[in-house]
Amino acid sequence: MEAAHAHGQAHEHAHDHPSGLMRWVATTNHKDIGTMYLWFSFAMFMVGGAMAMIIRTELFQPGLQVVNPDFFNQMTTLHGLIMVFGAIMPAFVGFANWQIPMMIGAADMAFPRMNNMSFWLLPPAGLLLVISLFVPGGGAAAGWTLYAPLTVQLGMGMDLTIFAVHILGLSSIMGSINIITTILNMRAPGMTLFKMPMFVWTWLITAYLLIAVMPVLAGAVTMILTDRHFGTAFFNAAGGGDPVLYQHIFWFFGHPEVYIIAIPAFGVVSQVIPAFSRKPLFGYVSMVYATASIAVLSFMVWAHHMYTVGMPTAAQLYYMYATMLIAVPTGVKVFNWVATMWKGSLSFETPMLFACGFLFLFTMGGFSGLVLSITPVDIQLHDTYYVVAHFHYVMVAGALFSAFAGIYFWLPKWTGKMYNETLGKWHFWLSMIFFNVTFFVQHFLGLAGMPRRIPDYALQFTDFNRISSIGAFGFGLSQLLFLYIVVQTIRSGKKAPDRPWEGADTLEWTHLPTPAPYHSFETAPVVK
Amino acid sequence: MTALRKIAAAAALALYPALAMSEYKLNLQAPQTPIAERIFDLHTLILVICVVIFVGVFAFMFYAVFRHRKSVGHKAAHFHENTTVEVLWTVVPFFILIGMAYPATKVVIDMKDTSAADVTIKATGLQWAWSYDYLNEGIGFTSALATPRAQIMGIEPKGPNYLLEVDNPVVVPTGKKIRILVTAADVIHSWWVPALGAKQDAIPGFIRDTWFRAEKPGVYRGQCAELCGKDHGFMPIVVEARSPEDYAKWVAEQKAKTAKQAEQAAPGGKG
Repeated sequence: MEAAHAHGQAHEHAHDHPSGLMRWVATTNHKDIGTMYLWFSFAMFMVGGAMAMIIRTELFQPGLQVVNPDFFNQMTTLHGLIMVFGAIMPAFVGFANWQIPMMIGAADMAFPRMNNMSFWLLPPAGLLLVISLFVPGGGAAAGWTLYAPLTVQLGMGMDLTIFAVHILGLSSIMGSINIITTILNMRAPGMTLFKMPMFVWTWLITAYLLIAVMPVLAGAVTMILTDRHFGTAFFNAAGGGDPVLYQHIFWFFGHPEVYIIAIPAFGVVSQVIPAFSRKPLFGYVSMVYATASIAVLSFMVWAHHMYTVGMPTAAQLYYMYATMLIAVPTGVKVFNWVATMWKGSLSFETPMLFACGFLFLFTMGGFSGLVLSITPVDIQLHDTYYVVAHFHYVMVAGALFSAFAGIYFWLPKWTGKMYNETLGKWHFWLSMIFFNVTFFVQHFLGLAGMPRRIPDYALQFTDFNRISSIGAFGFGLSQLLFLYIVVQTIRSGKKAPDRPWEGADTLEWTHLPTPAPYHSFETAPVVK
Repeated sequence: MTALRKIAAAAALALYPALAMSEYKLNLQAPQTPIAERIFDLHTLILVICVVIFVGVFAFMFYAVFRHRKSVGHKAAHFHENTTVEVLWTVVPFFILIGMAYPATKVVIDMKDTSAADVTIKATGLQWAWSYDYLNEGIGFTSALATPRAQIMGIEPKGPNYLLEVDNPVVVPTGKKIRILVTAADVIHSWWVPALGAKQDAIPGFIRDTWFRAEKPGVYRGQCAELCGKDHGFMPIVVEARSPEDYAKWVAEQKAKTAKQAEQAAPGGKG
């Protein structure tokens, strides 16, 4: 039995693998695939961001100036679909691909070829969504939630959207099978489940959520497809169906979906905060159980998105209590992160800035979620800008900031180069300030009574809409700085030391050189 | 009462509307029904609890950010778990949640109780307007946006009730329990008037209901609250609460109008 190498250094094989475009098309290497997911996600982020700019331009002042109401609805719909399915989810799958094998001491994912297919399904799906804007009738204009019976009425853009959703679901399901199999079977000797890094735990849990709910989404949109074209009446009362059935099916997917987005973000933050506190994660076992509790609870609360449909009293009360309960494990996580920082030896390089920004702002989003969970209050706030503020706090200031933290944290390991710390800090502060300018005032808009998904509004909403639009332009432009930082790092960043972060102690930092070799851990390390 | 106490009492009374903050558009609209008031108070309670917890937790974080930095020489401690503290910060929030859920439960139950209504009105959501039927009075009408297109397109200056005005408002008597039956003719809409604390989705093929009791005469404006197609933002709701006598007069006028229209449309009539 060969002794494990202290650095799982692989000598470069001179095997004939393609170069150029075919390398990327045919790669089965988790690092290549992770890179592709991340670049795809950034491209989709720019596309979704452009749509947000169109939305905020129209909303800059009352009246219709820029687009017509139907196109506005196409923008809100596609902005949501592209950001959720094209940007934020693939970004975290990119992290999963890069990091999981290295963090558990495995050479690659369990099913490398299926991994390739999981990625390559995404560009066609993204293309379908973008193309839907150009077919007769334009894109789906029903909000990312695609409620029936409105969606049954729409033109062929809706059909393209349905196919895109099918393809996206397939990609996620295959990716999740890969992730679970890898984590359960390919950990290095000595790495028990309770010795795994928190990031790996979060992906194990998220992958089960994905497998459970993506088929449900596929079912929901397929039922819309058959109602549209094949004479079914799932969502049509005249045929014995019920529009609210769609909402139950969609949100049974939809609520776990938001945790699918949030939980890997929690995982990244659980790696970054201890590293920059130079102190282990506080309450590791609690964190595992809290994450698992959140995941389990997430299946039991979906109708809090439906408080106004007219559910019986008992149902409204049940969903209110169950939803409020999720605050408990989520609070436990926030306390544990703060306790990790407490009495640490902190430094605030860019990854830590974004992680602290996450902690502060995700918690705010969590509190607005708690406000929304209270049924009588939700009756006033449902379908208003308060909800828009809430989910942008948890998904942008939450998940997106966590993704930025992860990229700044791991870019040296992936590329062997350091990003420019001054520019990174600029990106953080610009994002932080403009994000809050954009979205904090939207809480007030919702409270004051502004509905969502409207292209024009009553005069009393003018000032906060103007402020929000200005913030949005600033936030969007700041992300171009991020692109510059990443490209500059890859092309001409300073060489990174093997251990750029003194507090980072997971296998990729302790057992692999920087940059990580193309094939790493071809021999598994032994973990004490 | 001493002069100081008088001043303090006056200040408190003067500040209270500022605390309501609704004229700064920072809070929910000023409540005009008992239910809307209870919702407003519930929101205030929850907001205060959330702010207190938020400030408390982040006081710790910011303290650490400033005092536990490497650059000021702080060395890292080594603790990384504590079962007591984990139990405490699981159980205490649980009890705080119960404190919120208890008053909320009462409001949910009362909001759902639409029994013993004085007036029943059916509201039907259409693409893109509302139609109302007063089931006990035999009157009905459509209520559509009255803001001229020229204002929307920026050709004319916008009026004060821009996008919140209709041709035929819903007139109701004050002090009576008004039950609104909500349905739709095509896609899902939602009937919502914030000041009245009532929102109910309009589901095609189904009838659901909500209720309110307007205490004072006034005009209360709301909007459709479920995306229903291109003019979702252009189908507002206007409720006019009038004294019961004025309401009765209005009903009589509507009945006369309806009878006249029926006469004109009847075969052999002038129509």
